[in-house]
Amino acid sequence: MGLPAIEVSDLSKRYVIEHESRHDTLRDTLHHTARKLWRRFRWGTGFQREEFWALRDINFAVQPGEVLGIIGRNGAGKSTLLKILSRITEPTTGKITLRGRVASLLEVGTGFHPDLTGRENIYLNGAILGMRRAEIRRKFDEIVAFAEVEKFLDTPVKRYSSGMYVRLAFAVAAHLESEILIVDEVLAVGDAQFQQKCLSKIQDVASGNGRTVLLVSHNLATIRQLCGTSAYLREGRLKAILPTTEGLAAYLEDNQAGLGSFHPIHGDGVSLLDLQLRDIRHGKPTQTAIFGADYELRFTLGQGHPGLRITPWIRICDSSGVLVSSICGPEEGLDFQPAERTTTFVVSLPHIGLMPGRYNLSVQVYSLAPRPHLDAANALSIEIVPSNIGQAIRAYRAAHGLVRVCGNVHIEAASSAT
Amino acid sequence: MSETAEQPSAAPIDASPALVIEAGRSEKNYWSDLWRYRELMGFLAWRDIKVRYKQAALGVAWALFQPLIQTALLTFVFGKLAKMPDGGLPYFLLVLSGNLAWQLFAGAFNGASGSLVGNSHLISKVYFPRMVVPLSAVAVSLVDFGVTFALAVPIIAAFGLWPGWQLILLPVFVGLTLLIAIGAGLWITALTVRFRDFRFITPFLVQIGLFVTPVGFRTDNLPNWRDLLALNPLSAAVDGMRWCLLGGRTEIYWPGMVTAVAVTLALVVSGVWYFRKTERQFADII
Repeated sequence: MGLPAIEVSDLSKRYVIEHESRHDTLRDTLHHTARKLWRRFRWGTGFQREEFWALRDINFAVQPGEVLGIIGRNGAGKSTLLKILSRITEPTTGKITLRGRVASLLEVGTGFHPDLTGRENIYLNGAILGMRRAEIRRKFDEIVAFAEVEKFLDTPVKRYSSGMYVRLAFAVAAHLESEILIVDEVLAVGDAQFQQKCLSKIQDVASGNGRTVLLVSHNLATIRQLCGTSAYLREGRLKAILPTTEGLAAYLEDNQAGLGSFHPIHGDGVSLLDLQLRDIRHGKPTQTAIFGADYELRFTLGQGHPGLRITPWIRICDSSGVLVSSICGPEEGLDFQPAERTTTFVVSLPHIGLMPGRYNLSVQVYSLAPRPHLDAANALSIEIVPSNIGQAIRAYRAAHGLVRVCGNVHIEAASSAT
Repeated sequence: MSETAEQPSAAPIDASPALVIEAGRSEKNYWSDLWRYRELMGFLAWRDIKVRYKQAALGVAWALFQPLIQTALLTFVFGKLAKMPDGGLPYFLLVLSGNLAWQLFAGAFNGASGSLVGNSHLISKVYFPRMVVPLSAVAVSLVDFGVTFALAVPIIAAFGLWPGWQLILLPVFVGLTLLIAIGAGLWITALTVRFRDFRFITPFLVQIGLFVTPVGFRTDNLPNWRDLLALNPLSAAVDGMRWCLLGGRTEIYWPGMVTAVAVTLALVVSGVWYFRKTERQFADII
């Protein structure tokens, strides 16, 4: 057994976050700016500073030829780890030893320029990724063939379809000569067929050439297919490094942890006894919902004095407190019910249309009186994770808003073709 | 893990030197790395030039208009209105030759100053010695200089002033100008990553620079101001280029040249030092 290809010991990374307070008047702003400027030049910082450890005491080693998957939720430190391994940013403490040439692919098409042609971008992108001109020339035909863009080589890439763009970008990166390949999320793009092609390319790279691969993906299926071992990161710490099947199990289990132990919330004569989001495929509760999949919301109300006529309201707010939508009993045709001691309500959420992000659900219970009998604010927090719709090449992200309002989007068949 | 039996690649991996990443470790092979990435420098410069003139109907002509119009304006202001002494040379040529040097500096300095922030998408996603970026911006200005120079020589000849052997020394002064731009540019571009304020300061500096550099006037007729102007290393670069282009018909102020070289060296050394010092945090704060 030779030396490990990647050795990471006691790796930590600290970020310093600077807060600034808001100012409403010009005078305030000027005053503040002057002070800030003075402080900045003296101490090199703004006002409040807060430390944040993106990674803490990470230790692991990867053997040559091994494919290691890195899993964890958003903000667990996966990308930071890859950035440090790629030498983009430097660690705060710790040491990494890399044996072999490193190629890292943190984004597809880094440095592609929309105004340049496919041919020009192959050279530019190759050079940015660290290839020599001669190396690019040697591999040029192979890259073009892999990307399937022969006919468009002299077209500016801004006129490419997004599928072509991604194919070309991945093709360049896939032909980098290196012993260690670091890949982040890039497989989340491209059509299904091309994704499969990329996966097998990575598999080839690893098994055929004995190259070491480090892969971050939110797509657990990809990790399962490619990686023998997985490192599970949580809040900047390495929770476990396990064979992938066990690693994924630990990850999923951890995500569900804290569920099932709903603490009842009591109001004026009415209590919220249980509230959960369920994945209808297997009927299990979850706090992480896949965009576009089917879920249902179940909640159980309990009453002190049976017979009170009540109706529930659910308010869905985003993480900044903006009301996204409400589910109102009366409006949904659910009249004020003379409730039992416990009543369970089921709200179906087909093709959940909340955009990826975190949402808080509040439950209120009204009777005919104007004041709610129960006001359980932020009783449940759920996270919607991105997922592609059908064969779409990209998934909606938090930046796209709060709800998807559309159904199917298609091109109307032209009445007179060409 | 250890059962991955054959390991066809074990040999090359063990053979290639290990790369160690540690906090605060300045890389020993930085300069050889920079050299290895020289092709990237070329590609980035090539990209900037190519992209600039794509979809511009007049194309490279733009590289000529701007300096020509500026030259005409400066000739009018300094030559006609202020009636600065011309020492028997066509005033337009004095300004033209000076402006050639000035444009080279301004282009290189502006380009280098904005280069890191302008390429932040690369900085945050790929590793390469960061100095590649400002240096490639400087290379772009050299190409522009080539174009304006090719135009300037026939104009000077048309006035009947044939350049002499002095032209051979032009690369020396071009080099001096570029070094000043690199030194100042490294400072500003590294500072801009942290303090975007410098984006506003840069154009201002360039504007002032145009007047404290003898672009629109010649220094050999201003003995009182010479030593003060010499503190600005660009004065020597401009004087030198003018001397080369106008066939030695102007004078070089040698004490000023010595000062300029010293100031330039200080600027470059300190610029490289500050850049290298802050470079490791670029990706975090850009």
